[in-house]
Amino acid sequence: MTAIMQTGAPTAAKAVPVLKRRSPYPAWFFLPAAIIYGLLFLLPTLASLYFSLTRWTLFNSTFIGLDNFAQFMREPFLVKGLINTVIYAVITSGLKVVLGLALAVLLTSQIAARGYLRSVVFFPVLVSTVGVGITFTVLMHPTQGMINEGLALLGIDGPGWLVDPNLALFSVALVDVWKGVGLATVIYIAGIVAIPQDYYEAARIDGSTIWQSFLYVTLPLCRPATVTVIILSFIGGLRTFDLIWAMTRGGPGFASDTIASVIYKQYQAGFYGLSTAGNVVLFVLIAVLVIPLTMWLNRREGHE
Amino acid sequence: MTLIRRYWLSALAIIFSGIVFLVPFSFIILMAFKDRTQAQLLDFSWPQGMHLWSNIVEVVTTRNWMLLTAFINSTILTVASVTLLVIFAAMVGFVLQRRKTRFNGLIEFLILAGLMIPPAVVPTIWLLQGIGLFGKLHGMVLVEIAYSLPFSILLYRAFIATIPREMDEAAIIDGARPLDVFFRIVLPLLWPVTVTNIVVQSVAIFNDFTNPLYYLPGNANATVQLTLYNFQSQFQTSYNLLFTNIALITIPPLIVFLFFNRQIVAGMTAGAVKG
Repeated sequence: MTAIMQTGAPTAAKAVPVLKRRSPYPAWFFLPAAIIYGLLFLLPTLASLYFSLTRWTLFNSTFIGLDNFAQFMREPFLVKGLINTVIYAVITSGLKVVLGLALAVLLTSQIAARGYLRSVVFFPVLVSTVGVGITFTVLMHPTQGMINEGLALLGIDGPGWLVDPNLALFSVALVDVWKGVGLATVIYIAGIVAIPQDYYEAARIDGSTIWQSFLYVTLPLCRPATVTVIILSFIGGLRTFDLIWAMTRGGPGFASDTIASVIYKQYQAGFYGLSTAGNVVLFVLIAVLVIPLTMWLNRREGHE
Repeated sequence: MTLIRRYWLSALAIIFSGIVFLVPFSFIILMAFKDRTQAQLLDFSWPQGMHLWSNIVEVVTTRNWMLLTAFINSTILTVASVTLLVIFAAMVGFVLQRRKTRFNGLIEFLILAGLMIPPAVVPTIWLLQGIGLFGKLHGMVLVEIAYSLPFSILLYRAFIATIPREMDEAAIIDGARPLDVFFRIVLPLLWPVTVTNIVVQSVAIFNDFTNPLYYLPGNANATVQLTLYNFQSQFQTSYNLLFTNIALITIPPLIVFLFFNRQIVAGMTAGAVKG
């Protein structure tokens, strides 16, 4: 014991100046991550601000000012992509909030086969998006597809899910919800499980109905979960590419194009400047919509 | 009364979930068992005869064993990216949580920006070409790391806050150097969140379609998600093969799901309670 004290004391005394010179939490720990992130994410993002103002062939670029952005506002199919992106994000995040909350309430109640139901709802989250897209493209086939054949059994004449220009975007959005609702559900379950049972008991003693308990206990207290679900699925919806590309490639025509699919199409066509401008537009769109949304959602929370 | 209602609700939920979620998956599996002519009908029927094995052989050997190459590429990509990602993210999360400097605000801003901003695709291609990493697997690894870092760092930082500082101070007083403190004291304590990170990010990177589509062109470099895309046009008339392919590439996520369900949910719901 004394031996430890004796050897321990001088080291500790020596360690003080060492601590001052070299922190035990060295800044170079940031370095590997900072280099990769800076080089492959930040630098291209900053470069995109310049290249979006040019006509660009990857080897040389000509400065053309805001022409690319003007084109984005002028060309009907590009404007369509812009509007579609917002519609898609609103639909998918709205449905995920409503269905995710409903499923979470159901799956935290006393029903049979809870474990099975949770697994079944969550599994699609982990499956390849392209695989899901191809599967549903087949299921949504207007004449042979299973969905319309099932509807025919009920005497309903199913629509041309992916071939009807007015419907294609919504069909893809529905598949997005099918695949993503499991994530919203588990987020809500985590939020609901964290609510102390005492609140429900107190509400019950005060004579509240199940519906009132949901409205005045569950809903306000799982607000952080709601914020997470909205923000996550809204950003995800704005950025979505793979599902749309796997299912419709933006078609029929440009009916289900989003900014992300426009970016890819312009890239394929070799309009690199325009494609990069699309990136900047998407970036601005996310910033303009998501930052106020986050602030609004979080401020309301602070008031309560 | 409530018992009866509960019973009906359960029955309803099970039937409904069966129709909405199980039928599409059964459809994939049934299609993988069918032969070409029957698959062409696209209906939900029992396969006539067992064709799974011949379908698998045909899918795997098509285009010079492309699917096999793709599985190898995806495995390398996933393992390499996730390994480096875990170490680098833990290092950042550790120092970011422990050391309060005036740069913390900036770093946190950059992390949030990384979660929100869509990657600038063409400039990244231009840059990768500039440093000779375009269309190379190791370039792809670096890109996946860069895109996944923000989320992993957030997971780590939240968890490191629960590890008492006294733990690393004790080690420092005993004369451990920063690297020792990190790799021998802190990193082992982070094991639970490391498992979460590994599981969530491997599924994400394995399933990634968009980034390999842009940064990893060419058949030799194809990842499993791209095989699906490449086969989509080629297998236009042989849905049995297309669905066999889907079934095959769903196996790795299925395995992860069976063994690590809890960790995945933990990782994906982080932040739901605290906000």
